[in-house]
Amino acid sequence: MIDEKTIKDHGLTLEEYASIVRLIGKEPNLTELGIFSVMWSEHCGYKSSRVYLKGLPTKGKHVIQGPGENAGILDIGDGLAVVFKIESHNHPSFIEPYQGAATGVGGILRDIFTMGARPIAVLDSLRFGPLDDPRNKVIMEGVVSGIAGYGNSIGIPTVGGEIAFEEGYSLNPLVNVFALGLAEKDKIFYAKAEGTGNPVLYVGAKTGRDGIHGATMASAEFGKDTEHKRPNVQVGDPFKEKLLLEACLEVMSTDMIVGIQDMGAAGLTCSTTEMAAKAGSGMEIDLDLVPQREEGMTPYETMLSESQERMLICAKKEKVAEVRAIFAKWDLDAVVIGHVTEGGRLKVKSKGEEVVDIPVDAVVNLCPVYRRPIRTPAFLRKVSKLPEIPLPADLNEVFFKVLSSPAIADKEWVFRQYDHMIQVNTAFLPGADAAVLRIKGSKKALAMTLDGNSLYAYLDPRQGARIAVSEACRNLACVGARPIGVTNCLNFGNPEKPEVMWQFKEAVGGMSEACRAFEIPVTGGNVSFYNDTEGASIHPTPVLGIVGIIEDIGKAVRPGFRTAGDAVILLGENKEELGGSEYLKVCVGLQKGIPPGIDLTAERKVQELCLEAITEGLLRSAHDVSDGGLAVCLAECAFHSGKRLGYSIDLGDRIRADALLFGESQSRIVVTACPRRAGKVLALARKRKVKARLIGRTGGRDIVVRVRRREVVRVPVGDAFKAWKESIPSRYKVKE
Amino acid sequence: MKFGVVMFPGSNCDHDTFHVLKDVIGRDTVFLWHKDHDLQGVDVVVLPGGFSYGDYLRSGAIARFSPLMQEVRAFARSGGHVLGICNGFQILLELGLLPGAMLRNKDLKFLCQFVHIRIENDRTDFTRAGKKGQILRIPIAHFDGNYYAPDKVIEDMRRNEQIVFRYCNADGKVTDEANVNGSMDGIAGVMNAKGNVMGMMPHPERASEALLGSEDGQVIFRSLIEAIEHKGRIAR
Amino acid sequence: MKVRILVSFKDSVLDPQGQTVKNALHTLGYRSVKEARQGKVFELELDKISEEEARKLVPEIAHKVLANPIIEKYTWQIIQDE
Repeated sequence: MIDEKTIKDHGLTLEEYASIVRLIGKEPNLTELGIFSVMWSEHCGYKSSRVYLKGLPTKGKHVIQGPGENAGILDIGDGLAVVFKIESHNHPSFIEPYQGAATGVGGILRDIFTMGARPIAVLDSLRFGPLDDPRNKVIMEGVVSGIAGYGNSIGIPTVGGEIAFEEGYSLNPLVNVFALGLAEKDKIFYAKAEGTGNPVLYVGAKTGRDGIHGATMASAEFGKDTEHKRPNVQVGDPFKEKLLLEACLEVMSTDMIVGIQDMGAAGLTCSTTEMAAKAGSGMEIDLDLVPQREEGMTPYETMLSESQERMLICAKKEKVAEVRAIFAKWDLDAVVIGHVTEGGRLKVKSKGEEVVDIPVDAVVNLCPVYRRPIRTPAFLRKVSKLPEIPLPADLNEVFFKVLSSPAIADKEWVFRQYDHMIQVNTAFLPGADAAVLRIKGSKKALAMTLDGNSLYAYLDPRQGARIAVSEACRNLACVGARPIGVTNCLNFGNPEKPEVMWQFKEAVGGMSEACRAFEIPVTGGNVSFYNDTEGASIHPTPVLGIVGIIEDIGKAVRPGFRTAGDAVILLGENKEELGGSEYLKVCVGLQKGIPPGIDLTAERKVQELCLEAITEGLLRSAHDVSDGGLAVCLAECAFHSGKRLGYSIDLGDRIRADALLFGESQSRIVVTACPRRAGKVLALARKRKVKARLIGRTGGRDIVVRVRRREVVRVPVGDAFKAWKESIPSRYKVKE
Repeated sequence: MKFGVVMFPGSNCDHDTFHVLKDVIGRDTVFLWHKDHDLQGVDVVVLPGGFSYGDYLRSGAIARFSPLMQEVRAFARSGGHVLGICNGFQILLELGLLPGAMLRNKDLKFLCQFVHIRIENDRTDFTRAGKKGQILRIPIAHFDGNYYAPDKVIEDMRRNEQIVFRYCNADGKVTDEANVNGSMDGIAGVMNAKGNVMGMMPHPERASEALLGSEDGQVIFRSLIEAIEHKGRIAR
Repeated sequence: MKVRILVSFKDSVLDPQGQTVKNALHTLGYRSVKEARQGKVFELELDKISEEEARKLVPEIAHKVLANPIIEKYTWQIIQDE
């Protein structure tokens, strides 16, 4: 019988257990308990987050599908739609970095092609502990190899992303993977099992004992005994998934199937119950028919297994043979394991006996929703105060230190390992402000970016989230793209701590505000709670994945300076804001202050200005100011110029020099224009009521920055480039 | 003329190659399924890049046993033109249609980046539209692109002018630094003695549209078109 | 019958993975490790086959499929007779 310890081991509270008994009208057996334990886990059930997530804006004229399905869908015109989503795979990546990251990629890709879209891009947002600690180096190397290993093999380009470093991620790396696919608007498939008597087919890899309780693990903190969790991590087979992808897309190009769902977290459990619940129907399956690669698997194990590369298909009765033939062509198992029923119950047979009989509604739709206690953290008052910061004597030295900080330094060591060109759509290679993919046969292009922050969100979660959204949109504006939709991955600590729950509420609130200000709908996303180790929570880390459209790829611009003698123009205003900056963290050792301010209306105006200037063909380049401030932004423009073009900048603002160069005030974009057009850019800014001014010129082989006529930085571009370029690879060079 | 792009389980660049040949270069192109025995009367067989069979066992080791490859071997033996790109090159090596083998990149990491290669021999049906010494900017994307052959084989290939491409820097110099995967003799592409089969690690289909950064890859495709449509093959 | 086949690079071929393993061991203080080579292990279960037949079959499989004779060599042994 089910005792208290078993209930707790399954991650359920006694109250939740009582609810289950009430809802199903009986005491569950162990397998039924297992089903509820995964479906009602935080990872699958969103118990703690739903009260706040429902406040997000989800409506928009392009929205075909909002939150609630495997992925969000937006209409991009010409009969096409984009299908996209972001997912976290944090806990598995700590336990087994390579496979944790690899299966994270596999999982999100299935979410995309299960809807009928061919995945065309992957982006990843990664956060690790500082690289001075060799264990973090090992985790980063494993994660990057894992993403590369899976993405390259299945043939989907990893075209962009972000990497950040923070002490709190040492034992809690964050691996958030975003994927986007292209589909025909009228050929979208949903996860529904409709039509009584229609067969339910299991397709793909055989089921083993991988990852049982993976979902529950994602909802648990790590303790000292994490080592023994290793067998819980799934092992990915990208070759198998490639076959699955091709077979599914081939089947979906016909009218043979009614619905399809991938088997991700909670495998058979999730797919059977969700497909039935979504259609208001029931399902009966026989586990004896499920292809298994291990001997003696119990019904519990078979239902909860998270073996990868499997899908569940509800096919039209008369088309079963044809469906199976397509899967056979791709050398994949496709077995009828059950059928759709009336009555809304999931019935599972094993060895001739019924082992599960529960109403699907209870499992999928009646998971408890909690409004957990919230409390403003006490530490906020202390960290918000910045002590007196002495002005550094040598800003050249500070410049080099910030440039070589791994968060800022060149990430080529990472993205060179990703095949970012497969599918021949990548118009902008990694390193630009956003990934830009052309759409074959069209002038249009898709732009996408992942942006998040943790220090800002730690110092002020609402502000941090506002800034994350704004920065992502700003990145899109810099390549000439207009944002059309958002997916979000919210990484937080233990929601049973009132301070963490407060951080979550605030962050979702800030994200909501910003999305409304930019008029972009949230089409779905993921929440990862319980990112705690030995009681310490990570910084709240909201990560935004925003997709945009470039109407004419011919007009898009890149961040690099192009020609000597071009005018360097700053759109936006400099302010004296040191709080939460990379400079403060790396050079002064402080993670304090308040994040930079942001006026969402002013931010939007700067972005619109940049977009119009690009559309009018006025700009040679555009790059947004973010981590590291103005000095780093300008340096990156030089590094991306392809010829290490230097520049000379004069700033007259009455702001202390370190804040002027390295402060991270928002709503700023650095653009260049040929001398003939510079005037037009400034005139456009005046018309749109955005502050803009000429701050210098490109040219020469040096970086020269003057503040109120005093030279504060002068270094050869080559030297700065070297510091920036070699920081990360040098940490991985083998010492003999 | 007709191009045929072979499709194995796991070929990823098959669609890319098809797109370039059909939509960019504008020639009749068909897919050739690995289980079939029919080459559909194509003039050129292209083995595309990708991860056929997941690169399990060794890159290209399993693909070479597929039914279609028996036909490709016969086609090559009778003088038909075969182009192997990346994984395709690896398959041709495993099949023995080209000399040598591939090892893991010297730095043990997958490499995806633009490189420069130099045409070493312009009197081939794969490079005749270019010039000896011409520098082409084409991307690589591979884990096992470190070309190896026993010294005597390298000597023979040199003598027979079978080395078609070498990695070089932007100025056309073959240096160690430019040889990012550590290939012997900086070799990026080789052909057989008869001159009808060529394999190259860089991806010309990824350098065929200016929008994506380079059109230099077109030289290889246009050379083949010249050989088949206009000027007849180059005898060796 | 179970047979085990070991495939590794020929001595004349550079083995960077083996080198990396050696360097890592040295970094961890195992300085007495002079050389390291990395290879693959295949275990095949053969059905109803005599030792004589195995002596013909295994080298054929090893030579044709499991190893690339240009760069790899192999050895094999029977590990379970039943």
